[in-house]
Amino acid sequence: MNYQRKGRSFLAKKHQKMSRALQRREDISGYSFMLPSLIFFIGFVVAPMIICILMGFTDANMTDSSMLGHFIGLKNYAKLFQDKVFQEALWNTFLIVLVSVPATCAFSLWVSSSIYQMGSFSRSFYRIVFYLPVVTGSVAVTAVWKWMFDGYTGIINSVLTGAGLIERNINWLGDTRYALWCIILILFTTSVGQPIVLYVSALGNVDRSLVEAAEVDGATNTQVFWNVKWPQVLPTTLYILVITTINSFQCFALIQLLTSGGSGTNTVMYHIYYTAFKLTEQSGHFGYANAMGVVLAIAIGLLSALQFKLAKEK
Amino acid sequence: MKKIIALTLALVLTLGLVACGNSAPAPTEAAKAPETTEAPAAEKAPEAAADAGVEITLWTYPVGKWGDQATVEQLMADFKAETGISVKVEFLSYKDGDDKINTAITAKQAPDLVLEGPERLVANWGAKGYMVDMSDLLDDTDKAEILPAPLAACTSKDGKLFEYPVVMTAHCMAVNLTAFKDAGADQYLDLDTHTWTTENYFKAIEALEAKFGGTVTTVFCGGQGGDQGTRALINNLYGGTFTDADHSKYTWDDEANIKAITALHDTKGVDFDAAIAGGDEIKLFYQGVLKMANCWNIQQQLDPNQAGTGAGKTVTGDEIVCMAFPTESGDPDLQGGIWGFGIFDNGDQAKIDAAKKFVKYFADSEHTVDTVKTSSFFPVRSAAEGTDLSTVWNGNETMEQYQVLMPYLGDYYQVTNGWAQARTSWWNMLQKVGEGQDVTESVAQFVAEANAAAQG
Amino acid sequence: MKTNARSRAYKIFTNIVLVILAILFLFPLYWIITGAFKTGADIFATKPVWFPTKWTMANFDRLLNQRTSPLFQLFGWTGPTGPAAYRWLINTVLMSVGAMLLTCATASMAGYALAKKRFRGRGLIFSLIVCAMALPKQVILIPLLKEMSALHLYNTLWAVIFPTVGWPFGVFLMKQFSESVPSEMLEAARIDGASELRTFATVVLPLVKPGIGALAIFTFINAWNDYFMQLVMLSDNVEYTISMGISTLMGEASVDMGVLMAGSALAAAPIIIVFLIFQKYFTQGITMGAVKG
Repeated sequence: MNYQRKGRSFLAKKHQKMSRALQRREDISGYSFMLPSLIFFIGFVVAPMIICILMGFTDANMTDSSMLGHFIGLKNYAKLFQDKVFQEALWNTFLIVLVSVPATCAFSLWVSSSIYQMGSFSRSFYRIVFYLPVVTGSVAVTAVWKWMFDGYTGIINSVLTGAGLIERNINWLGDTRYALWCIILILFTTSVGQPIVLYVSALGNVDRSLVEAAEVDGATNTQVFWNVKWPQVLPTTLYILVITTINSFQCFALIQLLTSGGSGTNTVMYHIYYTAFKLTEQSGHFGYANAMGVVLAIAIGLLSALQFKLAKEK
Repeated sequence: MKKIIALTLALVLTLGLVACGNSAPAPTEAAKAPETTEAPAAEKAPEAAADAGVEITLWTYPVGKWGDQATVEQLMADFKAETGISVKVEFLSYKDGDDKINTAITAKQAPDLVLEGPERLVANWGAKGYMVDMSDLLDDTDKAEILPAPLAACTSKDGKLFEYPVVMTAHCMAVNLTAFKDAGADQYLDLDTHTWTTENYFKAIEALEAKFGGTVTTVFCGGQGGDQGTRALINNLYGGTFTDADHSKYTWDDEANIKAITALHDTKGVDFDAAIAGGDEIKLFYQGVLKMANCWNIQQQLDPNQAGTGAGKTVTGDEIVCMAFPTESGDPDLQGGIWGFGIFDNGDQAKIDAAKKFVKYFADSEHTVDTVKTSSFFPVRSAAEGTDLSTVWNGNETMEQYQVLMPYLGDYYQVTNGWAQARTSWWNMLQKVGEGQDVTESVAQFVAEANAAAQG
Repeated sequence: MKTNARSRAYKIFTNIVLVILAILFLFPLYWIITGAFKTGADIFATKPVWFPTKWTMANFDRLLNQRTSPLFQLFGWTGPTGPAAYRWLINTVLMSVGAMLLTCATASMAGYALAKKRFRGRGLIFSLIVCAMALPKQVILIPLLKEMSALHLYNTLWAVIFPTVGWPFGVFLMKQFSESVPSEMLEAARIDGASELRTFATVVLPLVKPGIGALAIFTFINAWNDYFMQLVMLSDNVEYTISMGISTLMGEASVDMGVLMAGSALAAAPIIIVFLIFQKYFTQGITMGAVKG
């Protein structure tokens, strides 16, 4: 094995050295295929990100006709470290991700393992049901939940008081104790659809013979699950972790339309928007908003890197 | 000869309409163009020709019927028929209208005209140099006709007119009279003057709470929408102020305001509700859930609610009465609302000239009557180019009744620097108080935040 | 025996829980649909009305009559005037389809290159892509807005489409798919003298088709549901998408729940119908993406 690898890499090196022309050909064809995508990626993601980093060091604001204001070094970042509102927003952002990602994964794994052996009709019924909130559209979902969560006449309060579960109406979206959890709940309903579909088919692909062999050996259901099925659905899990994380950072509409960042639900994503276009009198607000963006981007970059490192190890 | 010019002009207009007929209902307009243009167009031919084909954009907030597409487009069609200038209208909402204009400014795509109040046009965009000074539109007759207070509010500190004021109103509160009667609380209301005292206000809440339980009224703080109501309520209760007299700093940390916030917070039946903003409060009030609304003005009073029970009624048919905010002194200071036109300087002189023509047409001519009527508010001036405006609302009972509140109009402090931050600080502060944080402490913390923004 | 009884009890228990969950997940949709057809009295009732006492189209009438606009504008050719809500739907379809097509085209090429071409800088590009995948658009909001303004794309659907296409998730997905294309086949094609483009079209594309399907679905739903870019980039009622249209209804002076629900129903209906028709492909496509990934 080792020999082989060594031999191969040696060969590869030799190969590389020998054929500069080949490398050039690979470069040309590779970049030609990359080009259309790179135009969009660099033009609308990388370049704005670089400008964002640069602006983070300036006092740019809306009034400036030029893109950048004056260079002020790390002042924005120093300010961020003292900005309680920002810190709360950062904490909330990661709370949402840290709660909703594992919860989504665990919940969809449980649902999938319960439905994947059902008849094809009930299986697709459940798959559709859990997928529907995903396709209903974020604004429509937000609108209807706002109505359901209404503190005075909302159906949730009405049912809960009717059933005697709560004594008096709860102001779901106006109470710091509940508001963020309500948002996480709504986010949750719109994120489990895809993982369930994925898990159902991943579990369906688990090698039957391995499961049967384990059962013959007298393994319990739990043991079969953790020792046989779980390792086989692990790649799916990692993929789900990635998409759920992405999804959790996209909760802007929920915050903007439900609470405007009040009741302890502010997130960095919303706060950037708010600082940029609501608090336009604050001097250097564009620079400041971009500094927030940089901090968030670094945090997310670290998180993604961690996830991929995990994925590689498995 | 005149006839030929008129005809050619009408033809050009019609063609122009077909060519760039945007969102306007083209057929009716085209059919109408010839007859309406004939007389004035012939006289104004050279002038109109200069602007013909110019297209300007107007962004309006929902100021009465100025948020209604059909009405506004009719006005624009009439305007075009007379001047040849076509106007493209966009309708903003109060929730994200400011953000939209700010993003548009950033993208260098600001509209040419906007219909809104001085807090935005003068104190915000005007102060930053985005607006055109319209002093040249203002002659001595205009200065005599326009009430001094709105004119002052629309003028920047260095004397530039960034907003041409057209209409105004007093924001007030509303009570569910039927519910008040049921609870025996109507004795606390003075229905002739539409005023009441602080003492009676709290007595009424007590009576209503005893009768109906739950929440009688809210200090809503789920965002900045409708915050004129909570500001006025808190300021009036014990005579506090929001800013100092020359609008240089925020003063809502004075004793009187702290006392008012504490009193509201300690009263059973008053909720500091962080889930709702002004619009939601009105909905709950219409539903009969809340017995008082703090975010009210004549526009709501005239609006038949969506259940179709008629103007001035809740959905269950209860009678709604508008009231001034309660005071100890008996002399309330109501929050004013002033609306007018502002022109964005987009560097195109032809558009600026056309926009000025627009302002003249809608704010100072015989057409101003329509502008006022469309807004469902009160004119800021007694007359416009010979047309008497003081009688616009004669014969409209609701408007006449509402007029008793107009003399209580207070200081228009919304033009203080750092206004957007102050509004944010205000609702955030109310949320913190609602959560049980110490009143004095919260007030001090957030007023400091607002004052930091006021200093620039 | 004992374990059997226990496992049966567990099965019944899970079935009950699943049914309850299904009801809970369906309920918001039920509430949208009934809400859209409820009368004002039902909507305003202080006790929630579970089932409309009377079905009405009034909410839709209000929604459709509130704003009008030309239904389309193409190359200076203006369509007939109709309810703006229809125009918003048309815009949303144009935007989602545009984003979908562009993303699939660019990402399948780039994914293939990343997986099969050994060009220099490949590692760097791939790391960039991985890092940028979870990046929320709010981070680059201000530079993006300025850029769109400079390109004169502000207030056009392109301003929403391009950043969606730039989002590198598609490239990542297609790279995972393209890894499975056997290198021998590519080699064979080259020996046969096929050009690069021909190899891509005849060998690679057929093999990664399921991946493209998955990506198409994913991009379409994402674009349809996205709201933020539209909020920032579109200022013109005529350019609005349906999400934007509904959200402006939420900002009105007094919230009209009936119209809001009618709008939500209108926004959700097309994509739900598409989903129900194509749900088999939806689930297939998604699954393929993951199994390969």
